[in-house]
Amino acid sequence: MKAVRRYGLRLERKKYLVRAWRKSRSLRVVADRTDAIQPNDVLCFCTLRNEKVRLKYFLSYYRDRGVSHFLFVDNDSNDGSREFLEKQPDCSVWTTPASYKRSRFGMDWINRLLRLYGHRHWCLVVDPDEFLVYPFSDTRPIPALTDWLESSSIKSFGAMILDMYPKGPIMAQPYSEGQDPFEIACWFDSGNYMIERNWDYGNLWIQGGPRARTFFQDTPAKAPALNKIPLVKWDRAYTYASSTHMLLPRGLNLVYDEWGGEKTSGVLLHAKFIDTFTEKAAEELERRQHYAASAEYRAYHAGLTENPDFWTKWSERYINWRQLEILGLMSKGNWA
Amino acid sequence: MSTLGFVMLCHTALHRASQVARHWAERDCPIVIHVDKQVDRARFDAFQKELADLPNVRFSRRVHCEWGTWSLVRASQMASKQLLREFPGVRHVYLSSGSCLPLRPVEELRAYLAARPMTDFIESVTIRDVDWTVGGLNDERFKFRFPFSWKRHRFLFDKCVELQRRFGLLRKTPDDVVPHLGSQWWCLTRQTLTAILEDPRRNELEAYFKLVWIPDESYYQTLVRNYSRSIESRSLTLSKFDFQGKPHVFYDDHLHLLRRSDCFVARKIWPKANRLYRTFLTGDGGGPRMAEPAPGKIDRVFSRVLERRTRGRPGLYMHSRFPNPDWENGKTAAPYSVFHGFNDLFDDFESWLSRRLGTPVHGNLFDPKKARFAGDADIYAGCLSAEAKLRDYDPEHFLTNLIWNTRGERQVFQFSPRDEQRIGAYMSNDGNAQLSVITGAWAVRLYLSNRNFSAIRQDAATFQKREVEFINTLRHVKSRADIRIWTLAEFIEEPMENLQGILDAMEGASAMRLTEAPRMADLSGFPAFLQALKNQGMNPVTVGDFPHEGVSHRPSVDTNRPYLVS
Repeated sequence: MKAVRRYGLRLERKKYLVRAWRKSRSLRVVADRTDAIQPNDVLCFCTLRNEKVRLKYFLSYYRDRGVSHFLFVDNDSNDGSREFLEKQPDCSVWTTPASYKRSRFGMDWINRLLRLYGHRHWCLVVDPDEFLVYPFSDTRPIPALTDWLESSSIKSFGAMILDMYPKGPIMAQPYSEGQDPFEIACWFDSGNYMIERNWDYGNLWIQGGPRARTFFQDTPAKAPALNKIPLVKWDRAYTYASSTHMLLPRGLNLVYDEWGGEKTSGVLLHAKFIDTFTEKAAEELERRQHYAASAEYRAYHAGLTENPDFWTKWSERYINWRQLEILGLMSKGNWA
Repeated sequence: MSTLGFVMLCHTALHRASQVARHWAERDCPIVIHVDKQVDRARFDAFQKELADLPNVRFSRRVHCEWGTWSLVRASQMASKQLLREFPGVRHVYLSSGSCLPLRPVEELRAYLAARPMTDFIESVTIRDVDWTVGGLNDERFKFRFPFSWKRHRFLFDKCVELQRRFGLLRKTPDDVVPHLGSQWWCLTRQTLTAILEDPRRNELEAYFKLVWIPDESYYQTLVRNYSRSIESRSLTLSKFDFQGKPHVFYDDHLHLLRRSDCFVARKIWPKANRLYRTFLTGDGGGPRMAEPAPGKIDRVFSRVLERRTRGRPGLYMHSRFPNPDWENGKTAAPYSVFHGFNDLFDDFESWLSRRLGTPVHGNLFDPKKARFAGDADIYAGCLSAEAKLRDYDPEHFLTNLIWNTRGERQVFQFSPRDEQRIGAYMSNDGNAQLSVITGAWAVRLYLSNRNFSAIRQDAATFQKREVEFINTLRHVKSRADIRIWTLAEFIEEPMENLQGILDAMEGASAMRLTEAPRMADLSGFPAFLQALKNQGMNPVTVGDFPHEGVSHRPSVDTNRPYLVS
């Protein structure tokens, strides 16, 4: 890589850091319990807007798996999310009425919090509808994984988004607060993913799954990216460059093996497609705060009003991480 | 008085180390603990206090330990010396670490050792015999000097090795020293250990080993060869290393695996594996069993993951496996067959082949309109969409996905010059592809089509051009597929023999003789059609020398009945 290009990336990283600082000035503290963070704690960072119904299960899922502290940015919720989180003993909450889109889809806020509180911690950056599944996630907590990654001198852990969907129309089965969303949305596409390498940043670019085959069959290039790097041993010099798809410095993006082997990786089960979704899609379409002028939501809206059923006879029903591993959607690598 | 004593080296997770030390000490095993000097005073004091009630737990002088350096040997030397001095009844000294966990009652270990009073258990192999190390430093560990820390001064370490390699600065090994390597966790008899520690040449030997790379894996392992009367070259501690040379860690879910291993001590245990510590540090079991340690099962588990990490699953592309070109170790997951031109020549080729093979056979997967999956499905295995735009967005992964999703069932599909051609190069480089090609068969379909001749002529030119390109790709020196190419004229001379040859290659020697043949298109006016193309200035060369009199040996094709071949 040419020195000029390398220097360009360095400037880009600095730019994001400055931008994060600038955009974070709109953040207002709701509850700051960060002094309770212990040196080896795994932290979870999350941006949300009106996700109250999901939060109960979200928190219990990650608490059970050993996350010690949650840092939330609430983007002007009006459904009680903020009030709910404020009362949780292991949550710190900030709120902002500023534009989600103009803070690079919340990434500026999260980058700022990561810099302030994430330094030297393993940090998990997820949305409220993303649930990390990693090798042995049924028997080992996340700290077991992070301890092992650390002893292997690995700084970042990749996971692919796996869109989960119910059988039948999305609206058919109502989701109730605290429920495991995968009791409803328990199906997924096992083998229709397209991968490309992004040479500029060294990450992979993965598209496909149910969204690509139902909403983007004529414009596959616009299908949402599914590659994510949600778990990173943070350093204050790091920054997420585009959502959690890629990081700077670019070495952190090398979560895949280039020489035929398999690195240890996980999956982010995506519980987007439950009955709250159509409402959300309509709202987000209205707000136009999402990526590429909410093209995704526009496509969803059009698609969802017609035939909101992703299920096919080739859909796989989710069982556990071992199933995902056998299907080649994640790998335990050399962690046994 | 106990005949078994432990030396324990700790640096982290002291609460676990103290649990294990207490376990051993309470069962009448004296133990000398060395705590890394990097552990701060307060933590060390607390640790010492925790074990203060046990008279047979002692602490040795602390040194600053660093992985891969002499300091670890130094620590074990001092602690062993103290153990031998302060507990004269000790016959076997067991070197363990703070992250070790006893898997079997200590009485069993004691009985096991008592039955072998003069045996030293230490893994000790000559460097020539095993590819022990990771990263190329095998015998160079003993030939070069390693004054720099690998962990802290990687650059200097590497430069130093490089310089010594370039200038051939080899060290002389001391007399009577034959370098051996092995696990650093050993169990030695008093006799052997004292012989090593009280060696008159100890200063000379130490001077040598101080500059050896990772001396804790070679100091005792080498010297024991000079003194021991009986060596069992294996470690009693179950300790597995991964491909980066760092130990595997055991978790709660390894409980049954560890229990069945019959090993005495395991390393390394995750400090928060509560269930393991609870289980193995309580029950003392019944009467002592004399089972031999059998780490085989655990070995297999770890060698499987090693394979997965280094070679991966062939044909899998995912977010943590994306091999560079030619590093795939198998571009696709399984063998598959591609028939080029066959469904132009034979009317019912796909259904015939499907019947013959007993598996679904796809049509033209790369048809410009949509992927023609078997049964004309819109979605296939793994939710693969038949949508042309999705497929053409990344045709290579469309193919690898299909093969991966249907592992265990051979995929067979058709290909022709009418299809999207991009995949051709990929298949020809894939050792799993079996490509059977009849060149010029596209002309049969054109001949049978009811279209204007000028349009046919144009298509013929396009198809021939594409086909020639495809054939050139297949004949490229780099192509790895199993390739058969006939011109149309060659193929129809002996169609059944040729088909039989393809099927034999697909199914191995067991392939049955063909009894039912696919129905060939009616070619009676075909020579005239070819001539017409030629007259229009378009020479269909890929068809081959098609006989003017038509196909003579063929039985009547106008009856729509399959024919039998004896």
